[in-house]
Amino acid sequence: MTNAGVAMGQVEKQRRKPWPAELNALIGLIAIMLIFEIVGWSLVGQSFLLNKLRLSIMITQVAVVGILAVGVTQVIISGGIDLSGGSIIGASAMIAMSFAQIGTYPRAIFAAQGLVDLPIIVPILVGLLVALMCGLINGALIAYVKLPPFIATLGMMVSARGVALWFTKGQPISFPTNAFMSIGDGLTPVWIFIGIAVLFSLILKYTLYGKHTYAIGSNQAAARMSGINVERHLMLVYVIASLLAGLAGIVLIARSQTAQPVFGTMNELDAIAMTVIGGVSLSGGRGSILGTALGMLIFGVIFSGFIFLSVDAYYQNMVKGAIIVGAVALDQWRQKRQARDA
Amino acid sequence: MSDIILKTESLTKHYGGVQALEGVDFELRAGEHVAIMGDNGAGKSTFVRQITGVEQRTRGRILFNGKEVNFKGPLEAREAGIETVFQNLALADDLDVPSNLFLGREKILLNLGPFSILDFKGMRAATDAALKRTAVKIPNLGNTIRNMSGGQRQCVAIARTATFASKLIIMDEPTAALGVQETLQVENIIRQLKANGEPLVLISHNMRQVFDLVDRIIVFRRGRMVANLKKSETSGEDVVSYITGAKTGPEFTGAA
Repeated sequence: MTNAGVAMGQVEKQRRKPWPAELNALIGLIAIMLIFEIVGWSLVGQSFLLNKLRLSIMITQVAVVGILAVGVTQVIISGGIDLSGGSIIGASAMIAMSFAQIGTYPRAIFAAQGLVDLPIIVPILVGLLVALMCGLINGALIAYVKLPPFIATLGMMVSARGVALWFTKGQPISFPTNAFMSIGDGLTPVWIFIGIAVLFSLILKYTLYGKHTYAIGSNQAAARMSGINVERHLMLVYVIASLLAGLAGIVLIARSQTAQPVFGTMNELDAIAMTVIGGVSLSGGRGSILGTALGMLIFGVIFSGFIFLSVDAYYQNMVKGAIIVGAVALDQWRQKRQARDA
Repeated sequence: MSDIILKTESLTKHYGGVQALEGVDFELRAGEHVAIMGDNGAGKSTFVRQITGVEQRTRGRILFNGKEVNFKGPLEAREAGIETVFQNLALADDLDVPSNLFLGREKILLNLGPFSILDFKGMRAATDAALKRTAVKIPNLGNTIRNMSGGQRQCVAIARTATFASKLIIMDEPTAALGVQETLQVENIIRQLKANGEPLVLISHNMRQVFDLVDRIIVFRRGRMVANLKKSETSGEDVVSYITGAKTGPEFTGAA
C-alpha cells in the first residue's frame, strides 16, 4: 500500500511541466530593461526604452550576430559546438565584397577581369558558396572523421580567418554598389534576422530535421539505433550553421559598406553566449530559437544601456564574461534540480 | 515446422579464447513466451547480442521465420522485425513520448526530404492506440522522458517495440532497475503481449516473474544451454539447481 502511495505521489509530481528556460531569459530581459530605465531616469534624466533611435540602433547592432546565433543554436541543440562562425563571417565578407564593387572605383579587386557592377545576386551567392565550403569541411570532419566539434571548428576558425586575411593581404575592400548596400539599409538586417529566426523556429519545431536534431543532441546512440542517419544529419547541421554565418557576413558588409579581414572576430563567442543565455543547454537536446532571440536582446539591451549611461567600453567585455558564466551556472543548477526532482 | 519463429543451430560465440556461448540449439514458436535464466556470465546477454546483430557470431546458424539470417547490425534485425528492449534504454531524454515511439520512422504530413513536415496528430493517435494495446498508462504524453520515472521510461521503451507489430520481441532484464509498482506495470504489458499472441524472449533473474509470465524456461550455464523446461513440469528449486549446476537436463549431458 505504501508503495502504491509513493508511486502515485511520483506521478503527481511528474505531471507538472518544468519551468521553460525561455521564461528565465524573458524575465531577465525585462529586469535588465527596468534597471536601465530606473537608472536612466535617476542619473541621465531621460527614458532608456522610449527612444526609437536608440532601440533601432540597438537591434540592428545585434541582428547580424543574431543570424549567426540561429545557426549556432541548432548546432548546440545537436550536441555540438561551432567556433568557426566569426571567421566564416570574415572569409565570406571579404570574398563576397570583392564581387560587389562599383566599376568607377579603379582599384576594385576584379576590375581587370571586368567583374564590377555585378547584379546583387552574384556577391550573395559567392559569399554563401565560401560559407558552404567551410560548412562541408566542418561537417565532414565532425560526422565522418569523428573529430570532436570543438577541435574541428577551432581549426576552421583559424583557417577561415587566414583566408580572410590572405585574400587581400590584410587590406580592406570597399565601394560596393548601391544595390548591394541596400541589404544593410535601415532595419533590413533586422527583418532578415526575423525571417531567419522564424523560419528556423518552425523547422526545429515541425520538421523531421528539427526532431532529429533534438534526438541526436539528446542521445546520439539512441538516435543511431532508431535508424537515423546521424552522420548525414550532422553534416547538414554544420552546413546550415556555416551558411547562416555567410549570410551574416553579407549583411554585415552591406551595412558597413566595407569589408575588413577582422570582421566577425569573436562573434562566434557572442553567438554562443546569446544561445546559452537563452536557455539552450550546452549538453544538447534542449533549447529554442526563441530563447536565443531573447538572449540576443539581452545582449543588445546591456550594451545599448552601457552606451546610454556612458559606461567605458572596456567594462562591457568584463560584464559580458560575467553574464555568460552566470547563465551557464544557472543552467547547471536547473539541470541538477530537475535531476533531483525526477 | 512452419510455426517456428526463431531457431538457432549450434550458435557459438568466442571472445578471443573465452567461450561465451557454445553450441546453443534454441527454438521459439509462434505466440510463445520463453524465459532465459542463468547466473551472471552464463551467456544470456551474449545469446541475445548474436540474435539481434549487435555482435557477429563465431559459428552456427540463426533462422528467423524459416530463413537463415545474418544481421550486420541491430538496425537490420529491427527492420526484419526483431525488436529489443535493452537494459540501457535507447530513448532520447529530451523528447516526448510520441517522438520517442516514432523516432527514426516518423509519420510525415508533407514530404520535403529532410525538412518534411511531421504529422503530430497521427503520431499522437498511434501512440494512444499503442499504449492502449500494451495497457500502459502514462499521464501526460507531451512530457519529456527526462521528467518520467524509471518505470514509465521502461513502459515507453516496451510500448515502442510493441507499436511496430514486430515479429519477435526480446527483453533483456526489463525490470532490473524498477520498483515494485513499476515492475508490476511492465509485467502487465508482457501479459498483454501474450494475449495478443506476440512471441517474446525474456531474460530475467526474477524467479517469481518468470513463473508468472512465460511458457518455457531455458537455463544457460557457462555458455551452454543446460535445461529446456516446460513451466508446468518444473519448480523454482528445480530451476535453481540447473542454474547452480547441481543438475543438468538429460538431453544436455554433454554440456557443462
